[in-house]
Amino acid sequence: MTNIPETGRSPRVQIRLVVIQVLVVSLLGTLGGRLWYLQIREGDQYAREASGNHVQQVVQPAVRGSILDARGVALADNETRLVVSASRTELLKMKDDGKAVLTKLAGVLGMSAKEVSEKVRLCDAKTPQPCWNGSPYQPIPITDEATPKQALQIRERAEDFPGITAEPQAVRRYAAPGKANTAQVLGYLSPVTDEEIQKAQDTDSPYLRSDMVGRSGLERQYDKQLRGKAGVTRYEVDKLGRVLGQAEADPAEPGANLVTSIDARVQRIAEYELNEAMKEARKQHDRNTNRTYEADSGAVVVMEAKTGRVVAMASNPTYDPNAWVGGISAKDYAALTGKDSNYPLLNRAIQGQSAPGSIFKVIPTAAAINAGYSFEGPYNCSSSYSIGSQVFKNFESQNHGPISLGRALEVSCDTVFYALSHEEWKRDGGNKPKKKPDDWFYKTSHQFGLGKETGIDLPNEVTGRVPDRQWKLDYWKANKDVWCKTGKKDGSYAERIAYENCLEGNRLRAGDSVNYSIGQGDTLVTPIQMATIYAAIANGGTLYDPTVGKAVISPDGRTVTEIEPESHGKLPMTKKTLSQIDGALEGVATRGTAAWRFGGWPQDEIPMHAKTGTAEVYGKQTTSWFATYTKDYSIVMTISQGGTGSGASGPAVRNIYNALYGVSEDGEIDKKKALLPTPQKTLPKVRTDGTIQAPKVSKDPAKDRTKPSPDARATTEQDDPADPQQPGTVPSPENTNRDTRRRERRRSGRGGTRRTAS
Amino acid sequence: MTGGVNSFQVSGYGPERAGWTRVFARDSLARRLDWPMLLSAVALSLLGSLLVYSATRNRTELNQGDPYYFLVRHWLNTGIGLALMIGVLWLGHRALRTAVPLLYGASVFLILLVLTPLGSTINGAHSWIKLPGGFSLQPSEFVKITIILGMAMLLAARVDAGDKPYPDHRTVLQALGLAVVPMLIVMLMPDLGSVMVMVVIVLGVLLASGASNRWVFGLLGAGAAGAITVWQLGVLDEYQINRFAAFANPELDPAGVGYNTNQARIAIGSGGLTGSGLFQGSQTTGQFVPEQQTDFVFTVAGEELGFVGGALIIGLLGVILWRACRIARDTTDLYGTVVAAGIVAWFAFQTFENVGMTLGIMPVTGLPLPFVSYGGSSMFAVWLAVGLLQSIRMQRPMSA
Repeated sequence: MTNIPETGRSPRVQIRLVVIQVLVVSLLGTLGGRLWYLQIREGDQYAREASGNHVQQVVQPAVRGSILDARGVALADNETRLVVSASRTELLKMKDDGKAVLTKLAGVLGMSAKEVSEKVRLCDAKTPQPCWNGSPYQPIPITDEATPKQALQIRERAEDFPGITAEPQAVRRYAAPGKANTAQVLGYLSPVTDEEIQKAQDTDSPYLRSDMVGRSGLERQYDKQLRGKAGVTRYEVDKLGRVLGQAEADPAEPGANLVTSIDARVQRIAEYELNEAMKEARKQHDRNTNRTYEADSGAVVVMEAKTGRVVAMASNPTYDPNAWVGGISAKDYAALTGKDSNYPLLNRAIQGQSAPGSIFKVIPTAAAINAGYSFEGPYNCSSSYSIGSQVFKNFESQNHGPISLGRALEVSCDTVFYALSHEEWKRDGGNKPKKKPDDWFYKTSHQFGLGKETGIDLPNEVTGRVPDRQWKLDYWKANKDVWCKTGKKDGSYAERIAYENCLEGNRLRAGDSVNYSIGQGDTLVTPIQMATIYAAIANGGTLYDPTVGKAVISPDGRTVTEIEPESHGKLPMTKKTLSQIDGALEGVATRGTAAWRFGGWPQDEIPMHAKTGTAEVYGKQTTSWFATYTKDYSIVMTISQGGTGSGASGPAVRNIYNALYGVSEDGEIDKKKALLPTPQKTLPKVRTDGTIQAPKVSKDPAKDRTKPSPDARATTEQDDPADPQQPGTVPSPENTNRDTRRRERRRSGRGGTRRTAS
Repeated sequence: MTGGVNSFQVSGYGPERAGWTRVFARDSLARRLDWPMLLSAVALSLLGSLLVYSATRNRTELNQGDPYYFLVRHWLNTGIGLALMIGVLWLGHRALRTAVPLLYGASVFLILLVLTPLGSTINGAHSWIKLPGGFSLQPSEFVKITIILGMAMLLAARVDAGDKPYPDHRTVLQALGLAVVPMLIVMLMPDLGSVMVMVVIVLGVLLASGASNRWVFGLLGAGAAGAITVWQLGVLDEYQINRFAAFANPELDPAGVGYNTNQARIAIGSGGLTGSGLFQGSQTTGQFVPEQQTDFVFTVAGEELGFVGGALIIGLLGVILWRACRIARDTTDLYGTVVAAGIVAWFAFQTFENVGMTLGIMPVTGLPLPFVSYGGSSMFAVWLAVGLLQSIRMQRPMSA
């Protein structure tokens, strides 16, 4: 201690102490600066992040609105199922992450512990299904098929099952009242996709991860109204999701109910009769192909003539929409959409298009009048019509001599229309068309609403086709390369056609106009288009947009938004022409081609009008068409590869009328048995609590009419108790004929569907 | 080590002033205490108790159902810490000098015990000894003190005796050896945070001892070369490097350290100027920041007290460090200087590392914030250090 001064020590140490002091100050200064940067400069951003951190949403799904028939009977509603769910956040609080509880739960539910734990794990890139892809704060459903006993076990021993709830929950149900399954009209739901969530994010009806979305039919068309608004409760939560307090709560708003114009009983009968008719057709021998008819698909539309409202719409083959509830299985999905399925998801009433055959003839009739021909004529109904070397035969080479247009409709005389259309074609310049051809026959088709959607409130309606000059040209441009490549002058029939098409497919040829005049050739229509046209003839000429939805009723029942019928045009004919055609169509039912199907019909009380059609499709059996109307209803039925119009579809349509009006086989009208002698005008009654009154529907309206129709063919079918295949219920895909090919609807034209002389 | 006793007498305090009378003597002792430092330390401890309470009152899995569990214990630790400080004052740092070899040996023995089955692991670091009654001891905290004391004793011995102006190479080597042994043991735990603190302590001690520049820069260079070697040779797995680097880029380790970093930054950032108010922070109440009562206690201050509270804590620690620097400069013997400088290096680095990791400018390691973080061992250690600093200040001549 001797050589060190009292005041300190060597300068080196002193300097170094100052260095240490400077270092300390700079370190603390760094901290202060960084603190200022985080809290003052970027504080707002972190404050936002913090609030995102600790608020979590819990969603109470809205109960989806019901789809009701015209009298209030539920076609699609919700059933209460006992859903057992697990709260992840509760489970995670436990020491073993709830493993013990889940294992115990598995025991109660009769599932394996693995199954249960897989259901509650969260989905991520590495986790295969099954897993939960909803919010982790949402109770995760483990089963929706718990029995009351299981639910009771869980609820009574709540302390043994922390975080597990067993509660009744609403699940979509397609009730099929009176066995009316209405599958394609109702559509189905499936879970919302990521893409849809993104897309709807900023709209007024955003999706929730757990939402089900209507994918087709009414479920899709009216999805927004039916869906309602899910309730969202925002909780402040801690890191483990434990709730600290409730921040905000929007209660769930249930979806609105949709009242349709469908009558479940008529729907059931339509479905039943369509299926019966197809079954019967499959027993009939086809002379042309020398085998029984395939009857691979069919559709029927029952429409209110004065409003365009759809009372029944059936498409066959069909399926059980309940297959979609709770997620469709891979097997079911394959059965509904696979190659061998014959596509039961298609609603053939609006998505099936084919050549209309003779039910088309009302259009060339109107066209002829508009082009200046007289209704009375007379026109020569010869057994055949020749253009050069081509001979176009009348149906079964019948010869009726000189007749009026009305009679031509009654007996469905092809040659009269051949001649008229051919003459018009010649007037328009024939093979060297005028600059502005009149094209009366084609123009009239467009005016009748063909070649475009009817505007029905169902998604994905197809347009059909009017094979006019423009279409010919477009079609030729698109296909000429193939035609010119495959066509051979002296080859097979198909090759010769291709050769012809290559050369002159861009032009409207004489043969085209002839084929077109009787609804053959490249003409395509949908059943709903024809129902709309025949309804318009019935109602005095107004083409209504067909509607299935009739009114949207708010869940409390206070707001009723009616869906009013809207027209999309008038039939292009005078009152006089209309009544003349009306008379002719009545003649069809009383003395024409359909008369044999309406034997004993009380024509004086309920004037029946009809037109039959038997369309030929190249390479296939004939398509049966039957278009009918009374003053209140129009019914159109078609069966692909089913035979003749009146033959295959006639009895079914008659039976539907019988049921509507309560007509018995001997023509007696029993008003008590009439299901719907006049269309349902009023909406179902809404009770004060918002529920909707509905009458009871018998177990199967199709079986109620104990006495079969005068046509005996259905008798054996109906009375056969051994028949396990109840029509109208859900035929499993195996029931459809596996040998049937899918009808090539879009390609049925291709220049080949002509009535040619043989 | 009679020299210590001698110097105690030489510096002008009579034997009649030993013991309690010395502490409470009316004439000078109260005045000789460094009040700013003492009050800052007390303020930090009390503020710490509130922050610890805020972070733990809802953590039922930790506080055993008693929201005040950690508050009371923090107070208890502070009380024990104060008592330890008074004990050091009572003994005097120079008297303690004789016991340094014993203390050093005992602390090394304790950290060796940690490596035996008696040790227990908390948060991946095997650095605790479980004691009966729910207490646990973290001996590495005390090793920091014994390294300072041991090195100071060796380095200052011949200088204070007047033999040499600066410690010679042999002494420095001995001192380094004395530090390296416990550091290696702590590294085995592994408690890298404590090792980092010890490295900085060694540097501070060497710097203050007047050891040759070659030693100081040589050590710095060796440290840098070692770090680069480890990095380049790929001794560390990628995840280890990611964990280390996650403080700067939380995405490197989003579930682990990155998560901590992110949540800590959100907590502090959301505090703004004045914070959300004590006990009102959503990040704190929601327990989004792990280890919030111990290593991440600064985030509670940041969120609930804002920039004002955070700056206050840094400021109070700054006061302590400032006073400690003064004490190091003002004391007459090299032993006192080196001890004080070692404590400055310890406190400064631990503060910078702890607050820096919550602010995302330092890698995440398990180091407590002096006085503020919950934890008995660290609380006792820092109060012992305050006792040493006070003792050094009191035992310098008034005339200086």
